[in-house]
Amino acid sequence: MVVLAIVLGPIIGGLLTGIDRKITARLQGRFGPPIMQPFYDVFKLLGKEKFINNKVQIVYVITYLFFAMLSFVLFVLGQDLIAIIFVLTVGGGAMVMGALSVRSPYSQIGSQREILQMLAYDPLLIITAVAMFMVTGSFKVAEIVNYQIHNNTPLLYVLPLVFIVLIEVLSIKMRKSPFDISAGQHAHQEIVRGVHTEFSGPYLALIEVAHWYELMLALGFVAIFFASNWYIAATLVIVMYLLEIILDNTTARLTWKWMLKSAWGFGIVLCAVNIIALYFI
Amino acid sequence: MGLINNSRAKSPWVVHFDCGSCNGCDIEVLACLTPLYDIERFGILNIGNPKHADVLLVTGTVNPRNERVLRNVYEQIPEPKVVVAIGACACTGGVFADCYNVIQGVDKIIPVDVYVPGCAARPEAIIDGVVLGLQKFQEKVEKMNKKAVGN
Ligand code: SF4
Repeated sequence: MVVLAIVLGPIIGGLLTGIDRKITARLQGRFGPPIMQPFYDVFKLLGKEKFINNKVQIVYVITYLFFAMLSFVLFVLGQDLIAIIFVLTVGGGAMVMGALSVRSPYSQIGSQREILQMLAYDPLLIITAVAMFMVTGSFKVAEIVNYQIHNNTPLLYVLPLVFIVLIEVLSIKMRKSPFDISAGQHAHQEIVRGVHTEFSGPYLALIEVAHWYELMLALGFVAIFFASNWYIAATLVIVMYLLEIILDNTTARLTWKWMLKSAWGFGIVLCAVNIIALYFI
Repeated sequence: MGLINNSRAKSPWVVHFDCGSCNGCDIEVLACLTPLYDIERFGILNIGNPKHADVLLVTGTVNPRNERVLRNVYEQIPEPKVVVAIGACACTGGVFADCYNVIQGVDKIIPVDVYVPGCAARPEAIIDGVVLGLQKFQEKVEKMNKKAVGN
């Protein structure tokens, strides 16, 4: 199971990214790159010259990849949601530290923005986990899934508002517009490349692979909202992914202030309303 | 290793440096990204960060004020890399060649692999130039590999 997760995670994640690029191109009236393009990019980057600013950077990149991998594996093994979120955050933090270790203004600003992004979505993820706990009585992914299968009530029915908030979390996590403020996806430029500016060659490839794990984890979060029926869960994930792509193409980038306001204001209020409503049903 | 080498030509990321062009060539470079030409079909991305790029597109005339910047951008691109000089200005100085402040061609400052003529260079020519650049790229990679084996 662990090996399967480690191997299949980035393969599916990379394919999804390729499909994303293709759909994005089609939405913009272009033909678009081949679906396998993200893999070509990563392999090419692996073969590039190693350009580093300091050795610490390498440690941080590897830490980031390791923790992204670990959080996905923990998720697949059905472990504690809070632990998963914590591991995910440690990984994100490692990448920010790597970017901060270079005295380049672009990567400095980028990492400050990345920290703001993490501050924006982390509370929401934790509240999501808490809301799941309120319903199922457990933080464990395995038990959350079991609960839904036994009672045949998908979480989506009882936590619809939390799910809406997850849309925002997902688009921050996937670096999609309107929240691609720390580093854009694809070739979108924002303060050059934000946090990724100073990582190059093989290290950028590792970051990309880590991002695929994170993408899979984020989609996993979506899937456990309908764990009572895996077909519907898969459909839900696909719909969500398409929604993110469409959002990405129809919105413009926002400022970080707006992101914090919407994540904390809109997100936390919606979650709170949903959790309070749980007491009445 | 074969996988990596095959991938190289399939994902050339370009960084575009404007040395001081009249913007004619720049607009044509950007036109390559539009739905009509869509260079992302070939996996080409306009990346904007020399540290991530493989191909450097230079437009416009170099002058003593920006040659330092040009060299800096060139040196920040990790090997293997190719340089494409776009437009008459970048190739030779073009109509401005005789100006007191113009250096006659990018190749006086950094090694250039492909010259794309035209004033302004047409997007088709630019795409051709980048594709030719990719062949050079392949040659360079082979040379690099031979060196690696030799060591
Ligand atoms: S070659 Fe012509 S179009 Fe291009 S930068 Fe020079 S003058 Fe402008």
